[in-house]
Amino acid sequence: MKTNSSELKSVSFREANRRSGGILLRNRIIKGSVSVARALLMFGLCFMIIQPLLIRFSSSLMAESDLYDSTVLLVPRNVTLDNYRIVADLTNLPKSMLNTVWTSLLVSVCQIVSCTLVGYGFARYNFPLKKFWFGCCIALIIIPPQTISTSLFIVFSNFDVLGLFKLFTGKTVNLRSSVLPYVLMSLTCMGLKNGLYIYMLRQYFRGIPKSLEEAAYIDGCNTVHTFVRIMLPDAVPIILSCFLFAFVWQWTDLFYTRNFLSTYSIYSTELASIVSRMARYFSADASQTVIVPPARQQQLIFIGVLICSAPLIVLYCFTQKTFVKSLAMTGSKE
Amino acid sequence: MSKNSAYTHDHWYSPITDAILMYIPGNSVYRTMRARNARHGTLFILPLIIGFLVFMARPLVESFYMSLSTVTIEQGGYSAAFVGLENYKYALTVDPYYNAKLVEEIGRMSINTLATLVMSFVIAVILNQDFKGRTLCRAIFFLPVILSSGVLPGIESQNEFYDMMASVSEEAANSGLNLSESLQNLLSVSGVGNTVFEVVFTMIDQIYDIVMASGIQIIVFLSGLQTIPDSLYEAASVEGCSAWESFWKITFPMVSPLLLVNCIYTIIDFFMKNDNEVMERINLVMYQQFKFGESAAMSWIYFAVAVVFIALCSFIISKGVHYYED
Repeated sequence: MKTNSSELKSVSFREANRRSGGILLRNRIIKGSVSVARALLMFGLCFMIIQPLLIRFSSSLMAESDLYDSTVLLVPRNVTLDNYRIVADLTNLPKSMLNTVWTSLLVSVCQIVSCTLVGYGFARYNFPLKKFWFGCCIALIIIPPQTISTSLFIVFSNFDVLGLFKLFTGKTVNLRSSVLPYVLMSLTCMGLKNGLYIYMLRQYFRGIPKSLEEAAYIDGCNTVHTFVRIMLPDAVPIILSCFLFAFVWQWTDLFYTRNFLSTYSIYSTELASIVSRMARYFSADASQTVIVPPARQQQLIFIGVLICSAPLIVLYCFTQKTFVKSLAMTGSKE
Repeated sequence: MSKNSAYTHDHWYSPITDAILMYIPGNSVYRTMRARNARHGTLFILPLIIGFLVFMARPLVESFYMSLSTVTIEQGGYSAAFVGLENYKYALTVDPYYNAKLVEEIGRMSINTLATLVMSFVIAVILNQDFKGRTLCRAIFFLPVILSSGVLPGIESQNEFYDMMASVSEEAANSGLNLSESLQNLLSVSGVGNTVFEVVFTMIDQIYDIVMASGIQIIVFLSGLQTIPDSLYEAASVEGCSAWESFWKITFPMVSPLLLVNCIYTIIDFFMKNDNEVMERINLVMYQQFKFGESAAMSWIYFAVAVVFIALCSFIISKGVHYYED
């Protein structure tokens, strides 16, 4: 059957379908049912993720009396933002958030700088013991940080490099009261999930063609130049993604924060102790504690969680495009 | 002297002497391109080497030594008496729970890993299609990454209300209102193999946990799907490939390298979770029974199991992975 496109446009769908022998209609039905099924599935899954959040969000706007009122289920009767103010007080808000921002930034920048260097080294160079060090890098991902926390505590409370400080000043240095230990650990790839970033960056650098580097060498670039001028610009998206992971995980991290940044008021640690603080906050004088009703506790805790994750969600929405695209090359060949 | 002089006398060449000579100036090996590369490579990974030696090596060696000895806590430290493999024997044969929990946990991990991989792959494929509200959906599926990290998952279970809610929902499940359970009964009457659908129903009951655990995996798969050139699909459809066929012949092989990354990540994630029963047991033995040597042995066994699993998975998957050559 010969039909050119201009003719097809002019005929009605019914006519075109008759001429194609039912194929057009079949395709349309298949397409329609696929998109209905997809919409249902997506809606179900998204609903499953969001539903607890939505319920808690609406309950976060309720005044305390609404919580005990059994006629109020989802929609608050007395809308109030007071709860947010209470949580802000409880978690020491502007200050703890500022501290969280700068420590997370500092730490994740340090981590990503060192992980990029190490990842590049693993991807592009051959050297003795390479397999051993890569094994160590994988071990970094697998070993839970709890196993080394006690030893690290001892290491940092009398910090010394090969006994040099003791030799010259007669005593070791106590690093426990500053941000320095964690920065040092971040600079040496020992931070949170750093093995994973090294692995991802290595996979990415492996995917960049070798000829680029060779061309650079021939044009007279040395190793540093090649790395900074050729490889780094190419890897910006993946570095950004790793940075975002590092930032998000550092933001919510409790373990390292509690161990190394205990002198600062960081949001995640404030959030972790919110329940015990509540008891003191609601009592009339500071020496006594009252028992806060569980439902009220739950409500306030959730507001804390919401405040914690809102900046990260906004961050993700803005960076989504680069983020998703860049991760692809980490799967390039072994 | 020519640049390749190191390779001219192969008769004495050995990897070990070579590896050392590479770093010592003033010999023929030092001046080769290979040695130069080796030095630069070592410089690049120097942060890792320093970090590992300074921060990780000592705790690791200490904990390994602990696992081989009886540890007693004294004032201002501890003392360890070497006992050989006694602690390992204790963990595997004497401790009443460790064995069972380890086996159980491994079983759960295998199922969960499989479920997470399948789930995240399906979701990623859907999120990669063109439909209205796609950006919103992608943002929603990123939420688990945030919500299941760090302080957030544990915080809500801290208070009594949560326990109350959990017991209420358990009661509801026991009272026969549970849909999946009645479906299960129906299927068991109809004669489907018992173990198979028990596994399937555990998965369905845990679907919230599985989705919460698959945030990163979805993102990684999604990124892989986006690099598949459209021309491949066009060519396939011109050749008469159906959507189903092109899914298995194009989509699946093209993202299979990412399967390895995701699989490893999932296993590690599962092993390191704090609500893991083996971890709980180890913590209990350490902090409540104060058996430091025994708990160290337990964690080393656990660690070894994790390594074996990862090695096994990467071996199996790397056999089936297809690498796309440009």
